[in-house]
Amino acid sequence: MSKPKIVVIILTLLALLLPLALPWLKTPLILGTAFGIAALGISILIISGQISFGHALFVCVGGYAVAFTVRKWTHMDSALLLVVGTAVGAVIGAIVGSFVVRYRGIFFGMLNLALSMVLFAVLGKFFNVTGGTDGLRLERSPFFGFNMERDAFETVLLITCVVLALLLGWLVQRYLRSVAGQALSAIKTNETRLEYVGISAYQALLIGYIISAALGGLSGALFAIAQGLVTPEMGYWVRSGEIVFVAILGGVGHPVGAFIGAGIFEFVKLFAAAYLTGAWQMVLGFVLIAMVFLAPRGISALLEDKKHKEGA
Amino acid sequence: MSTPLLQTKDLQLAFGAVVVADHIDFTLTEGERLAVIGQNGAGKTTFINICTGLIHPQAGQVFFEGHDVTALSPRAIALRGMVRSFQLPQLFTEHTVRDCVRIAAAGKRGGLGLWTPLDKAVPAAEVDHVLEMVGLASRGDEMSGALPEGQRKLLDIAMALVLKPRLLILDEPTSGVSTDEKHGLMKTIMAALDAEKVTAIFVEHDVDIVSQYATRVAAWIAGRIAADGTPQQVLLDPEVRKNVIGE
Amino acid sequence: MPQDLYILAILDGLSYAALLFLVALGMTLVFGVMNIVNMAHGSFYALGGYMAATLGLWATSQGLSPAWSLLILPLAAVIIGVVFGGLMETSLMQRIYSKDPILQLLVTFSAFMIFEDFQRLVWGTQPYFVSDIVNYLGTTEVLGITYTRYQLMLLPGVALAVFIALRSFLKFSSVGRQIIAVSHNREVSTALGINVKRISLFTFMVGSMLGALAGALASPTVSWVPGIGGEMIVLSFAVVATAGLGQIEGALVAAILIGLARSFAVYLMPEVEVLVPYLIMVLVLLFRPQGLFSVAQARRV
Repeated sequence: MSKPKIVVIILTLLALLLPLALPWLKTPLILGTAFGIAALGISILIISGQISFGHALFVCVGGYAVAFTVRKWTHMDSALLLVVGTAVGAVIGAIVGSFVVRYRGIFFGMLNLALSMVLFAVLGKFFNVTGGTDGLRLERSPFFGFNMERDAFETVLLITCVVLALLLGWLVQRYLRSVAGQALSAIKTNETRLEYVGISAYQALLIGYIISAALGGLSGALFAIAQGLVTPEMGYWVRSGEIVFVAILGGVGHPVGAFIGAGIFEFVKLFAAAYLTGAWQMVLGFVLIAMVFLAPRGISALLEDKKHKEGA
Repeated sequence: MSTPLLQTKDLQLAFGAVVVADHIDFTLTEGERLAVIGQNGAGKTTFINICTGLIHPQAGQVFFEGHDVTALSPRAIALRGMVRSFQLPQLFTEHTVRDCVRIAAAGKRGGLGLWTPLDKAVPAAEVDHVLEMVGLASRGDEMSGALPEGQRKLLDIAMALVLKPRLLILDEPTSGVSTDEKHGLMKTIMAALDAEKVTAIFVEHDVDIVSQYATRVAAWIAGRIAADGTPQQVLLDPEVRKNVIGE
Repeated sequence: MPQDLYILAILDGLSYAALLFLVALGMTLVFGVMNIVNMAHGSFYALGGYMAATLGLWATSQGLSPAWSLLILPLAAVIIGVVFGGLMETSLMQRIYSKDPILQLLVTFSAFMIFEDFQRLVWGTQPYFVSDIVNYLGTTEVLGITYTRYQLMLLPGVALAVFIALRSFLKFSSVGRQIIAVSHNREVSTALGINVKRISLFTFMVGSMLGALAGALASPTVSWVPGIGGEMIVLSFAVVATAGLGQIEGALVAAILIGLARSFAVYLMPEVEVLVPYLIMVLVLLFRPQGLFSVAQARRV
């Protein structure tokens, strides 16, 4: 069995079994997995050579979509709410992507950043509609038809998260190996040649953008349901930076990277809160800098054996 | 007379005072092996760039198989069967040799599938055939970015060939290749073109290569075609000898 | 809108623009020479403010007159620029020059994260508001409106002085012209015998100093809290993107444009005040991505 597969199994087991011994881990695991899903989305763009410092836009959009939906249809099932978040993320991704994917390099990055800050500002200011900087609260909805107490709800949510992570990791890997995914990665090295062999870089990148936006939306929906709260802060540029950070830390070569990165992120946050006076940003900052020099393709790249590396 | 494969009518393009395309009327029929010669800046590359859609002329038209392709994008033109290779090999450097050819093959098959893996989406026979023609079959799993220069050129051409073009335009196929390798390279390319029945235009500076592999030569001087005929005719033309070959 | 508010908005806008300009100037200078966007640039702004506050409190404790702030504020900027800018350049920036652009951005973002916690560890989370200099300089009346001399004259004055000084420096001094050479072409500059490494270090320190100066100047006017660096950097992006990366004169105009747009929004339509800089940024990036003043072509397909 390949090393990445082993890591996937280990992570899955940890996520499902640790809470049996340490129940308070459920929430961090849910949030960590949700974060990993957003990072999985951004890794698609990183593979194309583009970096977006505005991806939190879709996380925010997904979260608020869930919050507004719950206000209107109070008994909508949580499972359906996740679909809503994902769908809204995809739709906004299609709209924004249709013009944004024409840009490259720093301009792509800055445009995404600017759009996410516009959303952040709007959500913060239009208090009457959006709850302003305090955000919106959501009541706990039934899950798969069952009304549950907090504890059971979190367990179901955690299992859902893990299943989603496994499923989406597999689907994204499939997509990246497909013609569309390979065309996407070819944009990074030779976009001109791609056009000259008859493939539209615009189409390839737009597909990737929409998928990554949908994953961001799902991530936001999971956050919303897990925390019962959405705030404009979800769309702040530093959040976007953290999503990219996690994706690069874990490595974009294999979908498990996004979850390794998210896992390290959440772990350091917890650990630092307890032992390092909460200086998690400093620790992670040094970790990433070390990684850039020691393992520039991310931690998951360390799992690849030599033969795999050449096959990319 | 059947429709010419490629035809240009009164192509004009100037950058300020510099005329790079000076009312170019040109016709190419199927089966020809045309060599385009001329000094740097004479307009050869401009001509190719206009034909393949990279730049658009200020006036005039380009017809491919009888259709007006003047305003089309490089992508649209490639899909119609007029394909080019590049002077500096343009590869997907983080993909393997085989994957580079597969990606090129995938474009023509139409549609960006999201599910089927690349190696299944493209018939292996097609890919292997092209790689064998250029002699890269044994290096299929190597990273294209790590290939030596001559092989990079061959891969660049393979990526164009797998598109099953009607017309292949090769931009300086032997440039950057050592003198002793040049002929081997050209023989391989010509054999592949013969096998696939592809009409070809190649831009060349090496007079030996031109006289040996071309059926027709067109010489560019200052944006216009100064001479057009058999290699013997053109290479012995005094104006060509003075302004292009430099004697 | 009554004339009073008009004037207030303009003066407000110019004062704010002065700060925006100084921060953006630092970022655009560094980008011009090193071709890297420094995501930690806002941290120098924050550190400049904190340093100025600390020095200010020390000065007060020593019984010194607030007039000393006029020396302390630039001093704070120089300290931050040399120490932290120098540290960051030698330990980090120098080593990532040849790396993938995505990794470069991530490294500077990591530096931002480190600086955020560093600030918290050294200065804590309580707000700092050392405004003695503002009170000391007093107020003045312009067409019937009372305005603090600090915001009316000092801020725009310093910004203008820095602009003129920097332009002269780049045009007329040997080091300045070397900086311009390196920003045009690194390889050619090396071939010409310019010590590119030293120029890069110097430029980075100057850029950081400018960011820190903006922070030092801003700190007497607003409560200094954690997170202020993160806010400033996106505003800085807005100015730089609007002007065009590497454009110095353009940054001045863009800063004034955004400063005025924002202050007018405050008086006319307060809900959109926070929005305005980002809206301008989006519009410029959509319709003229290379910036309003750039000649180069933007990377767009």
